[in-house]
Amino acid sequence: MRKIDFGGLLSTYGVVIALLALIAFGWLRYENFLGMFNIMSVLRYNSMFALVALGMCFVIMTGGIDLSVGTVAALGSVAAAYSSPYGPIAGLAAGVGVGTVVGLINAVMITRMHIMPFIATLASMLAASGTALLLANNRSVPVSYQSGFTDLGQGNFVGLPIPAIIAAIAYILGWVVLNYTATGRGVLAVGGSEESAKLMGLPADRIKALAYIASGGLAGLAGVILAAQFGAGQPIEGVGWELFAIASVVVGGTLLTGGVGSVGSTLAGVLLLGILFTVLNFENGLGWISLSAYWQSVIRGAFLLAVVILQARLVAGETSRT
Amino acid sequence: MADDLLLSMQGIDKKFGGIPAVSSASLSIERGEVHALIGQNGAGKSTLIKVLTGYYKRDAGQVLFDGKPFEVTSPQQAQKSGISTIYQEINLVPLRSVTENICLGREQRRMGFLDWTAMHAEAERLLHRFKIDIDVRKPLGRLNTATQQMVAIARAIGFSAKLVIMDEPTSSLDEQEVSVLFGVIRQLKADGVSVVFVSHKLDELYEVCDRVTIMRDGRTVRSANMNEIKKLELVSSMLGRDVSRAEGHATAFAKRDRSKIGEVMFKANGLSAKPSVRDVSVDLRRGEIVGLAGLLGAGRTETARLIFAVDAPDGGEMELQNRPYRPRRPADAINAGLGFCTEDRKIEGIVADMTVAENIMLALLSRVSPHGVFDPAKQHELATNFIAKLGIKCSGPNQKVRELSGGNQQKVLLARWLAMNPKLLILDEPTRGIDVGAKGEIQRLIKSLADEGLGVLMISSELEEIVEGADRIFVLREGTLVAELQGDTATEDAVLAAMAHGTSPRTVEARV
Repeated sequence: MRKIDFGGLLSTYGVVIALLALIAFGWLRYENFLGMFNIMSVLRYNSMFALVALGMCFVIMTGGIDLSVGTVAALGSVAAAYSSPYGPIAGLAAGVGVGTVVGLINAVMITRMHIMPFIATLASMLAASGTALLLANNRSVPVSYQSGFTDLGQGNFVGLPIPAIIAAIAYILGWVVLNYTATGRGVLAVGGSEESAKLMGLPADRIKALAYIASGGLAGLAGVILAAQFGAGQPIEGVGWELFAIASVVVGGTLLTGGVGSVGSTLAGVLLLGILFTVLNFENGLGWISLSAYWQSVIRGAFLLAVVILQARLVAGETSRT
Repeated sequence: MADDLLLSMQGIDKKFGGIPAVSSASLSIERGEVHALIGQNGAGKSTLIKVLTGYYKRDAGQVLFDGKPFEVTSPQQAQKSGISTIYQEINLVPLRSVTENICLGREQRRMGFLDWTAMHAEAERLLHRFKIDIDVRKPLGRLNTATQQMVAIARAIGFSAKLVIMDEPTSSLDEQEVSVLFGVIRQLKADGVSVVFVSHKLDELYEVCDRVTIMRDGRTVRSANMNEIKKLELVSSMLGRDVSRAEGHATAFAKRDRSKIGEVMFKANGLSAKPSVRDVSVDLRRGEIVGLAGLLGAGRTETARLIFAVDAPDGGEMELQNRPYRPRRPADAINAGLGFCTEDRKIEGIVADMTVAENIMLALLSRVSPHGVFDPAKQHELATNFIAKLGIKCSGPNQKVRELSGGNQQKVLLARWLAMNPKLLILDEPTRGIDVGAKGEIQRLIKSLADEGLGVLMISSELEEIVEGADRIFVLREGTLVAELQGDTATEDAVLAAMAHGTSPRTVEARV
């Protein structure tokens, strides 16, 4: 007999509940909120953040942090823009390639040189930003519009935005890896207690290294989409993306200390924050009030806090019952 | 005979920074035997085991396992070769499910992906051997310590090991659970699996072990058949003292002079926090050591937590020095003059990366920080005093607590509470996981503190410690107070009987 653990469900799906509530709110309040155009543009735009947050989710589940994802995405976009004349595959290879290299450097610093993840990725964050600006000569790098590269950001496939399809595939892979591979479970074990994981015979360093490499690669991939979507490699983009990614992961119920986490609720976290942004834009569109970007920031912060508190309450309620 | 040897370690050396932790040690384990490995803390048992499992690389020596030279560089490899280890501190991941904790490292797959159905079934099957029936999908951290320990053992056995090393597996188990564990050990033995059993509890060794190897100062000083060596010889080999000095070493609580015990200073009436504590009434006098006995889960720690206001009671009243005592949080208890040394010093007490001085002063920061400014000189001075007073063996106040032995860590924790100058100190398993020598020192310390007028409420799972140490003993069973025994007339049998069958104070006292 399996009992249904409602507390567990609520804490896992708290973010989903908040997401559905927000969508319902938008649907009731604004015309065209659930229109095809709006849905597609939300998905297209947020797919970059979704990719970055997926990598961040894995890193955070190991108990670490990756601050470099934003500037790595910028670097990836520049690399992709330069190779865009050779087609979408070349662009992808360049962007994902540089991201993976930075991820590898992070992994070596953290697992071999035993530098704290916060410091190591802070260093690579600065280095990646500098490299991106150097490569791009401090300008945006236009992409080729002839090679089909821009389809990666602007194209559709069976009526769905290609970047959203890429993100969806990444999330499905991420979900399978986390739940159905030894490495994925190892990520959670290492985050739960690294010492124990080592004594249990798990290759803790290799598992951590893989998380950072994946995070770098996914950030690079986000950079490719960035370049393709906006028609240029953007060396100064990506600032603050790491915080958006961390926020999405945390709102999704993943513990910052590691050991507990979920790919699905990270995606829900990304959508929640992304749709909140859209809701605020629609609110401005109604014309009654005008929320400046600053006020939008405040509202998003408050909303974020509210969801985190809701999650904590749900978790507390669950543990007190058992 | 040589064919029966499963493991042979010869001439093992291991140095740390030039200091030998193990020198020319040897250990032979036969197939299907239960082999005790004993020695004081720091004797080199853990190092020897970690050399065997590849956690450390040996400097010299030879290891043969299953007739072949054995070279592993990680516990993972050792596990694959058939050596599983269960560590003293449960080294599992509390946030993850029971199944994951049992199956990680040898996952079952279907078409390359983890097969959760098979893994849950495997975890349940292994646990059923211990007669444990739990929801294996739940996080391990929701279970009590004893069950977590059983999960650790199930994990080790699941690796179809030829040799299972158990490093103090019983230190968190109550007697009933220990007997379940011993049943499992005997079954392993019947299946031809060898067990290395590390324990400080000598009685257990006689119950379950075939042979014993004794370590002292990094050397293996003696190996013998268990039925050919007396307990006294064991202790004297461990301590390197002759038999006459080791005599009467059961506990260091020599019979106390009870004339110094003063007036009643603390009273609890009808304390309840259902379902773990029901209507418990205890009292304590100045300078008295009161023992709280009972099996694991009898409500001993839970009662202590109510007194210290860690948990809120749902009934009952308390009095401290004839005044109502109604603490709402531990800070109130501390202000009223209580101290509480918790059972699990790693988790709740010691901050391993801080120095001895910092650990002692942790609860006292306000006192060494007049006007909110922290005074390192004062901290150093106070810490130095306590190091001398309690005989804490360390290089000085600035040594990291991580580097101290278990016994000395416990003393640091004691020093922290003593620094507050408490009137009543609650000690939960004060000598758990500490070697014989340090145990005696802690016990003498507790006694001398009581002689100075401190009231001590001592929880202990070691019967001899309770019976010899306590001036009065309260016995709990399933959350209820079932007996109050006087220390000078109490026997281990009487306490055991109350723990096992007690129903209410009157019936038990009648039987005793």
